[in-house]
Amino acid sequence: MTEAEIREIVINSLKQIAPDMAPEKLHPDDNIREKLEIDSFDALRLLVELDEKFGMETPEEDYGKIRTMRGLVNYILQAPRK
Amino acid sequence: MDNSKTDRITYREALKQAMREALLRDDRVFLLGEDVGRYGGSFAVTKGLLQEFGPERIMDVPLSESGFVGAGIGAALSGLRPVVEVMTVNFSLLAMDQIVNNAATLLYMSGGQLNVPVVIRMSTGLGRQLAAQHSHSWEPLYAHIPGLIVLSAGTHTDARGMLLTALQSPDPVIIFEYTAMMNLEGISPGHPATVNITKAGIVKEGKDISIITYGAGVYKSLDAANELSGSGIDAEVIDLRVLRPMDLETIFNSVKKTHRALLVEDAWGSVNIGAEVSARIMENVFYDLDAPVQRLCGAEVPMPYPKHLEDASVPQKGDIVVKLKKMLQHG
Amino acid sequence: MGEFCMPSLGADMEAGTLREWLVKPGDPVKRGDIVAIVETQKGLIDIEVFEEGTIDKLTVREDEKVPVGTVMALIVSPIGTTAATEDIAVRPAIATEVPRIRASPLARKMAAKEGIGLAGIKGSGEGGTITREDIEKVISQKAPGVAEEKPVGTEGVRMAVAAAMSKSNREIPHFYLAKKVDMSKAMAWLMEANKQRNVKQRLLPAVLMVKAVAKALVEVPELNGYWDNGLQLKSDINIGFAISLRTGGVMIPAIHNADKKTLDELMALLNDIIPRARAMKLRSSELSDSTMTVTSLGESNADLVYGVIYPPQVALVGFGSILEQPWAENGMLGVRPVITITLAADHRATDGITGSRLLMAIDDHLQKPEML
Repeated sequence: MTEAEIREIVINSLKQIAPDMAPEKLHPDDNIREKLEIDSFDALRLLVELDEKFGMETPEEDYGKIRTMRGLVNYILQAPRK
Repeated sequence: MDNSKTDRITYREALKQAMREALLRDDRVFLLGEDVGRYGGSFAVTKGLLQEFGPERIMDVPLSESGFVGAGIGAALSGLRPVVEVMTVNFSLLAMDQIVNNAATLLYMSGGQLNVPVVIRMSTGLGRQLAAQHSHSWEPLYAHIPGLIVLSAGTHTDARGMLLTALQSPDPVIIFEYTAMMNLEGISPGHPATVNITKAGIVKEGKDISIITYGAGVYKSLDAANELSGSGIDAEVIDLRVLRPMDLETIFNSVKKTHRALLVEDAWGSVNIGAEVSARIMENVFYDLDAPVQRLCGAEVPMPYPKHLEDASVPQKGDIVVKLKKMLQHG
Repeated sequence: MGEFCMPSLGADMEAGTLREWLVKPGDPVKRGDIVAIVETQKGLIDIEVFEEGTIDKLTVREDEKVPVGTVMALIVSPIGTTAATEDIAVRPAIATEVPRIRASPLARKMAAKEGIGLAGIKGSGEGGTITREDIEKVISQKAPGVAEEKPVGTEGVRMAVAAAMSKSNREIPHFYLAKKVDMSKAMAWLMEANKQRNVKQRLLPAVLMVKAVAKALVEVPELNGYWDNGLQLKSDINIGFAISLRTGGVMIPAIHNADKKTLDELMALLNDIIPRARAMKLRSSELSDSTMTVTSLGESNADLVYGVIYPPQVALVGFGSILEQPWAENGMLGVRPVITITLAADHRATDGITGSRLLMAIDDHLQKPEML
């Protein structure tokens, strides 16, 4: 899977969780949760969905690595698949 | 025959041409009635026919409605095509037993063996200051009876054509002609021709409201509709033409289009044709109505003699205009 | 015969529009069944019935807007219980007289097809009858706008919040208390607990907070209730959990019997209820049953929150952000994750000492997260 494909899947998931926002306009280094006003519940929902889609498991201590779009896409690229 | 030609003729002339054409077309056709021969008809509809067709086919009869209507029914049973003229509907009560109990029922009573192809013409309505006993609008009485076909000639075309089609019917037909319209000039196709006698007629198409009427109401309604077309009301005018069996399809289609209906007729309002039309609309196309169905009918009094009171006792063009405006909230 | 009435889904609600009946006469119903969908300022709400029996008659038509308390349906009890009849006798008769909207048959048909409510449309026909023209006008007005696409405008929620909060500030003499709480034990426990859970089941700090408040209320029941010409305590502890909408406004669905639910159950419940609240698809009991409200600002937010009580409740507990702060304990200074918990309470119903007991009890429970 390419970086662009991953990015597209992430954006689609974000759209479902925050339909009123425009995730496609995010800059790679924007803090996703702050920009899209995503609370902890929605953040968890997003993570559940991404884990399912990419067949990975994100431990809590890695939350810091996925704050930005760049960080999140890189994390998914490198994450071990189940 | 050139059907594209139209004539401007009186209603009386239209009726006469129909009668003459019927006599010419079929040897079995003959006319019997009071004063139809030597006198030329009480409304001069049959003037000159005795001279042209002779006393065997233009037959003056004694003043006995029961007798001569019965004779007509007998002639029809024997294979002729009689046209019985009852001078006016006012006298037809004397022949009611023949019409209701014989003409209308024999097909049924004979188990389908005996058709009664009689045509009974009657003039009807008011308009000549003939007062309470001679001004009746009794179309509803006949429209009540199964076994009869009841026609109303509200236009010149129908005056000139309905008789010809009626004579092709195997069952008894009553044709109502309108006393008040005899001298009225109008346009009709240039030659007497058969007309459909199963469908109502759309005299004027419109989209805002359906005026459903017959007989003397047709031209009055049309005049009212034309007057209002300038002020943005586009009324449809339906001439029922066939009062029995009624062409409900045309009525329903019109109401489905316009969503409003005004029923206009000279007959008294209680238990009249409009009452029936209103009930049928309610039963079948209620959910297409945007306003209650309204009626304009004859005032429920014996017909007065003075001209101004006679005029006031049935709906006139002005009444129709006012009612239409009110129904469409432009008043 | 029982009566099913338009429920009050909050202090701010005066009327609701019946959008859809989910039952018809003859249908059996039992407590908790959703029988109707009602539109309020807070969206389309599934309305539950609290009686067992058979629907006898529907007395309010779809798309009709009626005041709270209007009888919407009659329910025949399974075995002729007479308990409800007394009720009917004392109820003012006007409640059952819903004025019939005058609309032509065609207008009604068109409105139903377009999903337009007749209430509120001004009729131009005779005697104010709504006609085809009036419906066409409504259709043409709503056609081009995108605003109508949203099922219920979020302005509706804004107005509902405005009404409730105005009433609260007007009528309730608030007092405020605050308590700083060391969250290191709670957060550590949570971290450990989540290691054993897959992502789907992971717990959030909010669950601990809700549970801690619910358990504290068991010990301080004086703050679990309504003020309505006097304090009325409630036996069930239903925590109203404030959920902010991205487009503005808040929804406060109830977490029923929060004190009796496990953390996992609470988490599952929140996962279900939050998206529904944001989509404005809540049930009537969720909107109306809260006995006390909890609001939590979440992470990286303001330090603390001074809440406005949601009437007719008498208290609201607010959780600020969890912040790393210097913390002195046993003569030692350390850095701890600290949260400031506040209480807004109704001084008509209670006093500072009771409020203080509640905050202390919440603190206690957060120090023993394994017991929550």
